[in-house]
Amino acid sequence: MLSNFFSFLEFLSSTPAGRARRAAFAHRIQVGFSLFGQNLLHFFRPTERGSKVRKAFFRQLGLQLFLLTIALIVLFPILWIFSMALDPRNIDKPLDLTLIPPGASLAAFRKVLIEPFPLLCSNPTDLSTCMTFSRLLINSLIVALGTSVFAVVLGASAAYAFSRFNFIGRQAGMIGFIVLLMLPSTATLAPLYVLLSQIRIGGEALRQTLPGLMIAYASGTLPFAIWNLKGYFDTVPKELEEAAIIDGASVTQTFLRIILPLSVPALAVTVLFSFMSGWTEFVLAWTFLDNPSRFTLAMALRSMQGQFATPWSEFSAMSILMSIPIILLFFAMQRYIVSGLTVGGVKG
Amino acid sequence: MAVAQPKEAPYDPSSKRQQLRQTLKRTWLAWAYIAPAGLLMAIISFFPQIFQVWMAFTNFRIQNLRFNLLRPETWEQFAPDFVGLSNFVKIITSNLAIENYDFGRLLLFNITWTFTNVILHVVLGVLIALALNSKNLIGRRIYRALFILPWAIPGYINALTWRNMFDQNFGAINFLIGYLNNWLGTSFDTRIRWLDATTPPIGGLLSFLPLAFYALLVTNVWLGWPFMTVVATGALQAIPDELYEAAGIDGANGWQKFWNVTVPMIRPAMVPAIMLGTIWTFNNFNVIYFISRGGPFGRTEILVTQAFKLVFEQRLYGVAAAFSLIVFVILLIITLINNRVTRATEAYNA
Repeated sequence: MLSNFFSFLEFLSSTPAGRARRAAFAHRIQVGFSLFGQNLLHFFRPTERGSKVRKAFFRQLGLQLFLLTIALIVLFPILWIFSMALDPRNIDKPLDLTLIPPGASLAAFRKVLIEPFPLLCSNPTDLSTCMTFSRLLINSLIVALGTSVFAVVLGASAAYAFSRFNFIGRQAGMIGFIVLLMLPSTATLAPLYVLLSQIRIGGEALRQTLPGLMIAYASGTLPFAIWNLKGYFDTVPKELEEAAIIDGASVTQTFLRIILPLSVPALAVTVLFSFMSGWTEFVLAWTFLDNPSRFTLAMALRSMQGQFATPWSEFSAMSILMSIPIILLFFAMQRYIVSGLTVGGVKG
Repeated sequence: MAVAQPKEAPYDPSSKRQQLRQTLKRTWLAWAYIAPAGLLMAIISFFPQIFQVWMAFTNFRIQNLRFNLLRPETWEQFAPDFVGLSNFVKIITSNLAIENYDFGRLLLFNITWTFTNVILHVVLGVLIALALNSKNLIGRRIYRALFILPWAIPGYINALTWRNMFDQNFGAINFLIGYLNNWLGTSFDTRIRWLDATTPPIGGLLSFLPLAFYALLVTNVWLGWPFMTVVATGALQAIPDELYEAAGIDGANGWQKFWNVTVPMIRPAMVPAIMLGTIWTFNNFNVIYFISRGGPFGRTEILVTQAFKLVFEQRLYGVAAAFSLIVFVILLIITLINNRVTRATEAYNA
């Protein structure tokens, strides 16, 4: 997406490259129009070419109708959140289906972004001890990035062993990791709570700190990460490593210099998924963290959902703000996602 | 290489030993690579799970929470009683003091929920991937970007948005039906109680599914198909054009090309995705818990939401642990069958 943006800037610039881009664009439009004109001419003719053009036209029409319907269904709930976020009344529930409600304003966004959250304070009587959006954002970023780093480093190393070594206990180990994905963790919250309370670092229980959350989330994303990375590593030709080993490289060197650079798509998918789980999880965080100064955005969003009344405009505004980083990350990594998730399956 | 060796190689204990030593060295190196992830998982995931297995055979309740394995002085006072298989028996014979609890119905609902969802995800996902992958499509990149949105928005936000949309009085779905009535002159009910209506919309065999099930299904299909589309797209892009051309020369029509070229070629990529999708849907907590909350009368409860309620509402930790183990056994059976079919755990060079 970023590269699109830069090529667009270049397109607008007065450099020779920009001029060439503009000329190419104009040419494409011209060709497009002339093709369209020719096709239009043939469309009504009873010739063989005419029937081909008609067939292509109706095929395109059918595809577009199908995909537009899907696009509308996809967009409907998203527009609904937007409409609620713009509603200045902050009412319990909206009263009508309007894209832009009467008196629409960005007040809810402003409030969420600037004002402190009165429910998340170290000292409830002092507003300056309350969390603000920026402080929550920093915590969320720390947790999400830390989770990704843990998941990608540990996941890649374990996946490499599963992919490249034929060792005692490989099948069992691989099944073991998948089994952990299947065990529901609802009842393990209590033992994990006790366990992480026991490990103390610098006078504080690991449970109360952000690194504690990171490793808990990372262990949740690792089974999928290992599974997916192993599938991708399997597709890197073995000959490349054999050649490197003949040249005197160690196993670790081939892993770092050959396998990892060739597996960027799968690594990107791992980062994306683990970032997402660190960014959105709140049940564990809510149970483990005591100090509001460590709270994350997901916890703040959860706290807005009141028992009796929810400020829907602010809740929606917050939801949108929280979704934007994830959506941007998805778009930035879109070209990796497809191959990162499927190459292992296609060739393996 | 095996061919070059003489058939009756003399038995040589020293080479055998060398081979064993090499295998052990390889094993040691492999486990060294796995160790960081393995240790983390052992402490954070595996240890609590073992603890959970032990809890499943006890009557662990809120008063036992002060029991601490690392502090022997708490053992005697707070240790729960061993109750054998009684938790499992109570769960399976529906003998728990919880409202609207029926294990058979719960299991039937959970399985119906998983299969309807996964089938719809795969069918829609592949269909849309095919449409997006067709030649000369106008606006391909725009569609691709749009279609990833349901997956990219955090699940909790999605779930709460859909819960709002299914509201009886102020929900977008009922408003939409009102607009359709206006435009088309129809008179559909605009006050549908999507999440609490108790009369099943389809009777007979399907009468165990309340209207809320269909609302949940719509939501989860909306959420789930983009993942399958992405996987299918990757697989479709890897199919060489020559295969279709060859099929065309052999006189195959579009339908035959789909079944004889497309399906076998995307199958290896789709099977692991379906396996993961099955596990995720079977344990899909967010959608059920935040939209229908298991209602009406516990009829859309799945096993994990019931287990969650046992922990956080009933505080019956022992029973909840037994519940989790039952969920695990069911999923293990499904996965072992799947693994048999796909051989997903084989090593690349094995």
